[in-house]
Amino acid sequence: MSAVADDLVRIATIEKARGYWTTVARRLTRDPVSVGCAAVLILIALAALLAPYLGLADPYQGSMIRRLRPIGTPGYPLGTDELGRDMLARLIYGGRLSLVLGLLPVVLAFIIGTTFGVIAGYVGGFVNQAIMRTVDVFYAFPSVLLAIAISGALGAGIVNSLLSLTIVFIPPITRVAESVTTSVRGLDFVDAARASGAGPLTIMRVHVLGNVLGPIFVYSTSLISVCMILAAGLSFLGLGTKPPEPEWGLMLNTLRTAIYVNPWVAALPGAMIFAVSICFNLLSDGMRSAMDVRS
Amino acid sequence: MSEAEVLSPVADRGGTQQPLLAVRGLSKHFTVRGGLIGRAGVVRAVDDVSFTVDKGEVLGIVGESGCGKSTTARLVIGLIAADAGEIVLDGELVGGAVSLRELRRRVQMVFQDSYASLNPRLTIEDTVAFGPKVHGLAPAEARARAHDLLRKVGLEPGLFADRYPHELSGGQRQRVNIARALALSPRLVLLDEAVSALDKSVEAQVLNLLLDLKDELALTYVFISHDLNVVRFISDRVIVMYLGEVVESGPVETLWADARHPYTRALLAAMPSLDPARRTEQAPISGDPPNPIDPPSGCRFHTRCPFAEAVCSARSPALIATGNDRHTAACHMVDPASGHSRAGSSPTAMETMHA
Repeated sequence: MSAVADDLVRIATIEKARGYWTTVARRLTRDPVSVGCAAVLILIALAALLAPYLGLADPYQGSMIRRLRPIGTPGYPLGTDELGRDMLARLIYGGRLSLVLGLLPVVLAFIIGTTFGVIAGYVGGFVNQAIMRTVDVFYAFPSVLLAIAISGALGAGIVNSLLSLTIVFIPPITRVAESVTTSVRGLDFVDAARASGAGPLTIMRVHVLGNVLGPIFVYSTSLISVCMILAAGLSFLGLGTKPPEPEWGLMLNTLRTAIYVNPWVAALPGAMIFAVSICFNLLSDGMRSAMDVRS
Repeated sequence: MSEAEVLSPVADRGGTQQPLLAVRGLSKHFTVRGGLIGRAGVVRAVDDVSFTVDKGEVLGIVGESGCGKSTTARLVIGLIAADAGEIVLDGELVGGAVSLRELRRRVQMVFQDSYASLNPRLTIEDTVAFGPKVHGLAPAEARARAHDLLRKVGLEPGLFADRYPHELSGGQRQRVNIARALALSPRLVLLDEAVSALDKSVEAQVLNLLLDLKDELALTYVFISHDLNVVRFISDRVIVMYLGEVVESGPVETLWADARHPYTRALLAAMPSLDPARRTEQAPISGDPPNPIDPPSGCRFHTRCPFAEAVCSARSPALIATGNDRHTAACHMVDPASGHSRAGSSPTAMETMHA
């Protein structure tokens, strides 16, 4: 086929050029698993956000005579906990803290880690060594241990556990950002940009960021579930949230003594953590394949 | 910086006799570490390379993979810092009277891989307009300029400006790369295997486009390729590189008719012939180029040269004029005083090489 005919075919088949992110969004909405997971997450987040307007029982109000009621008890659809508080209300209210503890550290680590990683990857040389070897120091500890150590050193509390979780997630994100940037940096279009006289900051902003954000973002979303579990773990150990605050990890901890009395109720906070984690993971997988637009 | 200053073509200086680009003693050695305890080696990617490019000419650079062609181009445009040597652009020393930024406005480059050299997240309009914007042109003007250039390279802006690289064919992408290279009104364009990845029909179209643009915009090209037919078609003068060194240079027809260096002759003999009566039955040259980490002593070609003698491994031959219109070759056989038994003999004596 001649090149001209080839061009005409192309012009005919591509009706309208779309932006990259529009294409990604369109592909994501065509994936039923991703849509389902997003729906579950949005539902849980909305419920947590609008908890005071849902007509729920007071999540702090206990009752000594109605402790550990099973699921399906009239007035308590999901039963009551070891202090007789309504489980449904506590689970929905608990979403507020749990989601914040799961998301915020990852968001902060995404911003900080991407900055470090892109600079290390683009500048290379001594700067790369300095940043990456510092990051390696944090790799010497298992993430759970690191979170516990930092939280322990800073003292219990929500802000401190947010801080410690952020620190835990900066190294892996930095490392991913650095490796993606290093591979993009070697491509000819970066050389072409340098050859047109652009400075490093302009090149990073225009040519590097757009090509590395996708993979880093996907990787970061897969960390949300880990972060939620770590946050729950910190609360479980008494380093994060303090009673009587409703939070899934802490609820799991306080209900563990009731596991022989009423196992289904005791398992509920764990089920929430599991559901949210797996939704984030599946969504992140869906995003990974939606971003592979070249095919 | 005013717009006129930014993107109007640079006025000619020094007359037509002054070379547009003069490269003297350019060298780049890469240090290679051989594992944790391995001995560090030095790759002499480009070793003491000198050449000039005249205004308005097309200088071809040929050689096998890894001979330093692309490294030379990247050194000229400053993408890699040279270890030694100087680059003189239009009579002014780069790094002295001409800054690197200014060099990069007057010299631009087109890369081989048309896909890798375009940012997949930018529309082709943004890609072409990037350079002018960096040099201070207002976004709207940069856009107008990009449309103008896209039209020049045969891509209707109305259809193509908003497209992404993956929506274009290889030939169209290479046209975008050419438009991007021209966006800063350069005087010299380095074409690094710019058409090598294209299929033959598209290659011919792009070559013709390059020649048209050269006339229209008074450009000068350095055309790097391993494809001798293409080099012969487009070049006025050719330099032949082997293992980081220039082994022969001269006007294209002189070189084709009267190559003096055995390597050049082998390269030309390796070209497939369309005439069945003249088919190549024997490999004109055997083996791979030697490891550039530890290049052979003396003449680097002596390990593969059918005429190698003691003097070849002992001394490195200099580029000597053959007495034939700017034709130079770095071979002991060209130098009557070298002590080689065939020194000074006419090249016809070498015809027996592959008879």
